Amino acid sequence: MNSGPNFNLWVIPILPLIGSAINGIFGKRFPRNLVATVALFFPGAAFAYAVWVVSQFAGLSQAQIPHIERLFSWIEAGGFRVDYGFYLDQLSVTMLLIVTGVGFLIHIYSVGYMAEEGGYYRFFSYLNLFMFFMLMLILAHSYLLMFVGWEGVGLASYLLIGFFFLKQSAAQAGKKAFITNRIGDYGFLLGMFLLIKHFGTLDYDKVFNAISGLPVETGVGMLTATALLMMVGATGKSAQIPLYVWLPDAMEGPTPVSALIHAATMVTAGIYMIARSNILFLHAPIAMRVVAIIGALTAIFAASIGLVQNDIKRVLAYSTVSQLGYMFMACGVAAFSAGIFHLMTHAFFKALLFLAAGSVIHALGGEQDMRHMGGLRKLIPWTFWVMTIATFAIAGFFPLSGFFSKDEILWPANVGHQSGTQHAHAAAHGRSGHGGHVHESPWVMLGPLVVLAIGSAVMGWVGWPEALGGKNHIDKFLAPVFHTSSEPARSAENFSATEPQKSDSPQDEIVLERTLAAVSLATALAGLGLAWLFYVRRPELPDRIASSMKGAYRTLLNKYWVDEAYYSTLVNPVVDGSRRVLWRGVDVGIVDALVNGTGTVSKELSGVTRRMQSGSIRSYAGWVALGAACVVGFMIWMGLHT
Amino acid sequence: MSKLILTLITFVPLAGAILLMFMPRNDRVIKWTALIVSILAFLSSLHLPAHWTHGAPGFQFAIDAPWISSPNIHYHLGVDGISVWLVLLTTFLTPFCVLISWKSIHGAVKEFFVLMLILETAMIGVFVSLDLFLFYVFWEATLIPMALMIGMYGHERRVYAAVKFFLYTMVASVFMLGAIIWFYIHTGSFDYVTIQNAIQSGSISGFNRAAEFLFFGFFIAFAVKVPLFPFHTWLPDAHVEAPTAGSVLLAGVLLKMGTYGLLRFNATLFPAQAHEHALWINVLALIGIVYGALVALVQPNMKKLVAYSSVSHLGFCVLGIFTFTQIGVNGAVYQMLNHGISTGALFMLLGMLYERRHTYEIKEYGGLATSMPVYSTLFLMITLSSVGLPLMNGFVGEFLILSGAFTAWQWYGIIGTTGVIWSAGYLLWLYQRTFFGEITQPANARLADADGRERVSLIPMVAMALIMGVASPLWIRMIDPSVEHSLRPSSVGTAAATRSDLNAPHIVAMGNPAK
Repeated sequence: MNSGPNFNLWVIPILPLIGSAINGIFGKRFPRNLVATVALFFPGAAFAYAVWVVSQFAGLSQAQIPHIERLFSWIEAGGFRVDYGFYLDQLSVTMLLIVTGVGFLIHIYSVGYMAEEGGYYRFFSYLNLFMFFMLMLILAHSYLLMFVGWEGVGLASYLLIGFFFLKQSAAQAGKKAFITNRIGDYGFLLGMFLLIKHFGTLDYDKVFNAISGLPVETGVGMLTATALLMMVGATGKSAQIPLYVWLPDAMEGPTPVSALIHAATMVTAGIYMIARSNILFLHAPIAMRVVAIIGALTAIFAASIGLVQNDIKRVLAYSTVSQLGYMFMACGVAAFSAGIFHLMTHAFFKALLFLAAGSVIHALGGEQDMRHMGGLRKLIPWTFWVMTIATFAIAGFFPLSGFFSKDEILWPANVGHQSGTQHAHAAAHGRSGHGGHVHESPWVMLGPLVVLAIGSAVMGWVGWPEALGGKNHIDKFLAPVFHTSSEPARSAENFSATEPQKSDSPQDEIVLERTLAAVSLATALAGLGLAWLFYVRRPELPDRIASSMKGAYRTLLNKYWVDEAYYSTLVNPVVDGSRRVLWRGVDVGIVDALVNGTGTVSKELSGVTRRMQSGSIRSYAGWVALGAACVVGFMIWMGLHT
Repeated sequence: MSKLILTLITFVPLAGAILLMFMPRNDRVIKWTALIVSILAFLSSLHLPAHWTHGAPGFQFAIDAPWISSPNIHYHLGVDGISVWLVLLTTFLTPFCVLISWKSIHGAVKEFFVLMLILETAMIGVFVSLDLFLFYVFWEATLIPMALMIGMYGHERRVYAAVKFFLYTMVASVFMLGAIIWFYIHTGSFDYVTIQNAIQSGSISGFNRAAEFLFFGFFIAFAVKVPLFPFHTWLPDAHVEAPTAGSVLLAGVLLKMGTYGLLRFNATLFPAQAHEHALWINVLALIGIVYGALVALVQPNMKKLVAYSSVSHLGFCVLGIFTFTQIGVNGAVYQMLNHGISTGALFMLLGMLYERRHTYEIKEYGGLATSMPVYSTLFLMITLSSVGLPLMNGFVGEFLILSGAFTAWQWYGIIGTTGVIWSAGYLLWLYQRTFFGEITQPANARLADADGRERVSLIPMVAMALIMGVASPLWIRMIDPSVEHSLRPSSVGTAAATRSDLNAPHIVAMGNPAK
């Protein structure tokens, strides 16, 4: 449709796919350093190519954006058609740099981290495969092609979580992640069917054009339904209530996987999808409100669980769920660019936290329980310092990145949910109880950590708010995608305000926002105070409190028993019901028994004509089938004459 | 050549079977002969898409010659964009069936391959016949070799399963025979095209009164074959007892004869009745999708699990057909092919495990990813194809069917789409229990990975699943015109609702930008 230049965007996702195929098919026979070379070359090349594409993109005029490149058709039937095609605008450019950049750094780190593991080639084949699908997801020019990446990253995540497949818990976690995501995908699929039914296409440009011509829905109409269904998909991928349960279990996977997939990229796909569909959501205010509420609830809920977990990676996982809740909430209050900005800074500091945590785990020979850490500052200084930066970044300390991006969403929330991460950081302080075998990680791991730490420190500056004398480049950059710009965020830029104000919004939105702000402020402050008290100031307190407030502590430690509730109300009834009722009861007991039983009856009744029969099993079964057919015929005959 | 090509494809396997009968009982020579014959049939079938007239919806490569003058039976063969791919599916699968039977058949090897090749001719015959008498002959002819394959080469309860299969489906076919004879009495012809034209022009006396019965005559025969819930209980028995090649052909091709029949006869010849009864037929299809999947979830026997998954997958095909949307029917036809590939391959994979351990019980396995890495990877690819992962074949079919279903009536889509969750559930759970974890049974520790012959049979299936997932227009461009042609008579009453179903609301929406 546009006559702009051809960037051959297809090259970007294809590169890691080639790497994945090479390692997947031949990797077993390769020496380790060749596997590593292949595994780094292709994502690295994709990153380099992406940087070139972005530099070219900068030269496009606004009329040439979105830049769409179509190749050939993937599916076409009955007038419906989906092409392989790529869509480049400010939003996908931002995501492209995050995914290829952070992704490449994590690949480098993995070379060191996985050096001792078996299945080296398999790991990198999956990791490259993940990059392929993630890049398809963000570069796709239609919902269906986005869905390819969407399901594909789920597959890669399944494979990578289950990478230690000898561990039953890892295999179980992989399956749980895939199926929970499929439940979300169910919503995504239905959302797409609605779009097909009403617009006949899934291409972004056509769908967005059509929607922008429609009035904003006041009630629950087709657009609201579509938006809500899409949101269900997003809650699966981005681990929001009620589908967040897979993410903490996903920590069974290797740590670089947690960093790449379960912190920096894949889990942000839901936010990306909502931001991409901003026109749809802006036409469905009720859906927006639901998004905001789900985000807020998830942020609080996950933070409270994260507070008492002992596994360092699980703490980070709950922190991620909570942060994703903030991004969701940002989208829900139409602060899309704020959400994406936080997505970007979060990708840096959370990947950094995970990788640093991995470095700690690596240094301690696999220890993940924070109660056994402590006093590591002297032993692994580099890891300590990058982790400190990450912790302060996520806590939103000026001028680190989290300050700006959280501030964008809601100022009061910027004390944020650092409780969990504070807590992780606390692990590095405290008394040392380790022998001399603790060692600092190799430079192949520390290098990416340092780069990410620098990113965590300075990345926020692109969103330096105008109220603080900055330019807020990111907001301006993304503005054309989100037509509205980020009004709620702008009000939040008022640094000294304790409550966000939004003069140009409807009254009810202000009320909603204030409620959200108040709730998250209260929780965040309480969390911050408690974390400091428990883990730094009075480390003996948790045990005492745990014994005095057994109920509350255990509720949190057991994650509100949500998993157990899901199992006893959903999973077990389905499995037991299928086994006892559907299979043994209906299928064997009724349907098949009818087929065989009518045959038996026929045989009994045929005593008169028994001489015609040989009495062999053949004739028995013959009557079975004949009887069944008679019954069926009779029923149909009856049906026709009533 | 183009007049004789269908005859050639159909009867090459039969000729091979006759040749085998006269050959000495040298198992090696017999296997190689069967393989070469089946490959020849496949190669000659490639002529069809290679010389296809694109965009033409009607029957191609047709041959119509009087065969018996009284009753008036013609030797009338032809393929359209729908049946041509079912012919290719048959000829594609058969060589692999020969390959996987290489070592698993002991005793009466010659008879086994003779039966297989006769079966191939009969299956192809069903898809190319345009004379109803001929169609019925081929239809019934598939029963005998399949029943014998199950009864002679199956497992413990093989005779029970074979007889159940034979009689259940044969008795159901009698209703179809009745309908066919009615047509002959009232039109003096067995010819499909003649009958179709006669129905459309309204020149058959008494058709309107009889149409209901005729519709059900065909419907029962096909519904049992598909099998549609609640006529499905013969299928798990037949699959569990059948030898691997039997299961592959049964799931891969024989079930498609049912869905093909529903489309070719019920939906195309009786559009009014089909529309009238679409609701409860679709309800049965939806029950099949959900119920088949849930029952599959709890099977302790992996072959039975895959058998029930077929009930679920074929439910998608029936749903697609009875949405009468062009997108849905296209999806249904494509899904028939996909199911042939993915479930055929799944049965091949299970057969390989059975050859090693002589059991299909899931609890006997576990941790196979360690001892059989290549096999595990191929199994995973096929699992993903069956689960309907995008860029694999299953996705394209399911997506088209479900969006057609949603367009027809949203509840079809809402319920049918739950199938994507269930299928991930039962297949990934099977995969986890079979391949992940530590090896618990010592017998599994020394299992040999897929050998050369097994890889040769599996890799083309995986490749096909991928290609069909990535490049579906190669197939659907040929299917689409024929689907449109089949639907056109069915939409006489509903103002050509097929193609416009999709676009009309779009136009409305675009037409009111100011609102």
